[in-house]
Amino acid sequence: MADLFDKFEGLTNLRNTLVFEKTDPYKIVMEDVISPTEAIIDGKHTILAGTNNYMGLTFDQRCIDAAQNALTMSGTGTTGSRVLNGTYAAHRELEAAIADLYCMEHAMVFSTGFLANLGMISALAGKNDIIMIDADSHASIYDGCGLSDATITRFRHNDAADLDKRLGRLNAGRRVLVIVEGLYSMLGDKAPLADIVAACKKHDAYLMVDEAHSLGPYGANGQGVAAADGVLDQVDFIVGTFSKSVGTVGGFCASNHPDFEILRLASRPYMFSASLPPSVVASATAAIKIIKEDRTPQQNLWRNAKQLHAGLTEMGFQLGADCSPVIAVLIDDRDVAVRSWEQLLDEGIYVNLALPPATPQNTNLLRCSLSAAHTPDQIDQILAAFDKVKNSNSVNQS
Amino acid sequence: MTSVSTLLDAIIKLLEPFNSKSITISGDTSFAHDLELDSLAVMDFVAEMEDHFDIMIPLNILPDLENVGQIVAAVEKIVEQAHG
Ligand SMILES: Cc1ncc(COP(=O)(O)O)c(C=O)c1O
Repeated sequence: MADLFDKFEGLTNLRNTLVFEKTDPYKIVMEDVISPTEAIIDGKHTILAGTNNYMGLTFDQRCIDAAQNALTMSGTGTTGSRVLNGTYAAHRELEAAIADLYCMEHAMVFSTGFLANLGMISALAGKNDIIMIDADSHASIYDGCGLSDATITRFRHNDAADLDKRLGRLNAGRRVLVIVEGLYSMLGDKAPLADIVAACKKHDAYLMVDEAHSLGPYGANGQGVAAADGVLDQVDFIVGTFSKSVGTVGGFCASNHPDFEILRLASRPYMFSASLPPSVVASATAAIKIIKEDRTPQQNLWRNAKQLHAGLTEMGFQLGADCSPVIAVLIDDRDVAVRSWEQLLDEGIYVNLALPPATPQNTNLLRCSLSAAHTPDQIDQILAAFDKVKNSNSVNQS
Repeated sequence: MTSVSTLLDAIIKLLEPFNSKSITISGDTSFAHDLELDSLAVMDFVAEMEDHFDIMIPLNILPDLENVGQIVAAVEKIVEQAHG
């Protein structure tokens, strides 16, 4: 009999060609998480260098206190969506904090960043509209497009001239929504937002920027790349997540569009999924304020990123991009990448193994993400482990 | 006005850089099975066609286009709509 799972045969085969010796990324369990940068994995003390915990706020006392207080005062969950019984005063406060961070009139909170993209894209772009996305967009952007009734098209990754050319091809009169990310999460490359804004303005297109990985690291108040590049006021929709720098879970969109609030009655992923629980809302609100007002985590993060980027460059590793809080080491051979990932773990360093088709240009990546909470000594340990791995693998290769 | 056979020739030419197994390409050649294009190659190929014909090929129609002949028919329709 035909099996619904027959379609996964190719995926299963691909999975089986990856030869791990002892463990693999799907089997990893963090038995005990000690701090934003340390966990016990398979009984061993491990430095976490792949958790997107950019600001290191997951154990911040101010966030924990806010969450604990909310848990005690308001309970464990809202048991409903925002349009039914799920809007608490604290949701409004969080939305006000986000609107304030981006100097925008409106903000709307979703239950994850993935849902924020699904909810915004599917509601904004209708049957006669066109969405033009960067080819290297995150899965949630692709899936948001899939959920919309719009015509979907792409432009070449981070290529504003290509965007300009492709926008020029479209029939005048069609409404166009362009979607890009601030910082791309696999290679750690930044979008050329000033040029992208210029192309959108020239062709009268709306622009949405997903700052998932750039909220926190970039901008004078941590708003992201649009603020850092001085074009925040020219972006129509900022999307982001609480799951990285904010240290909890959830997503949002901020905008100055005068009719923005109608989306609360039009966006299905917003309307038909339960709202964030009070403790999450409270720690997110506390974290957003820290990101806005406290420059120390941002400074520490960049100190760490520079140390790791310079050290890996000096060792001769090929890196995905200029220095950013995401540092991807490119490995030509997939099996070497797999083996190196295991060796790093063996050395007590956890990074992300990223392989095609999840990576741009079919690259094999050992992806590191830095945290403000890393110490210079931990970065030295990460570098020492990479050095060891490099030496052992060049021995193996020759 | 581009005829279907010159369109086919033009598209086969654009496909050549992606023809890593150097097979003979015809209208019946399938992208997934014969050419074994992965999603990144499909993206590049679509971008090449868009630039060559100065058109937009929506992502939405790609799942239904399995072989070269179907792409030719789709491109012919789009070119006609775009440039009259
Ligand atoms: C660019 C981008 N958008 C959205 C998301 C989804 O965020 P979340 O983890 O909150 O669902 C992620 C992260 O996974 C991302 O990298």
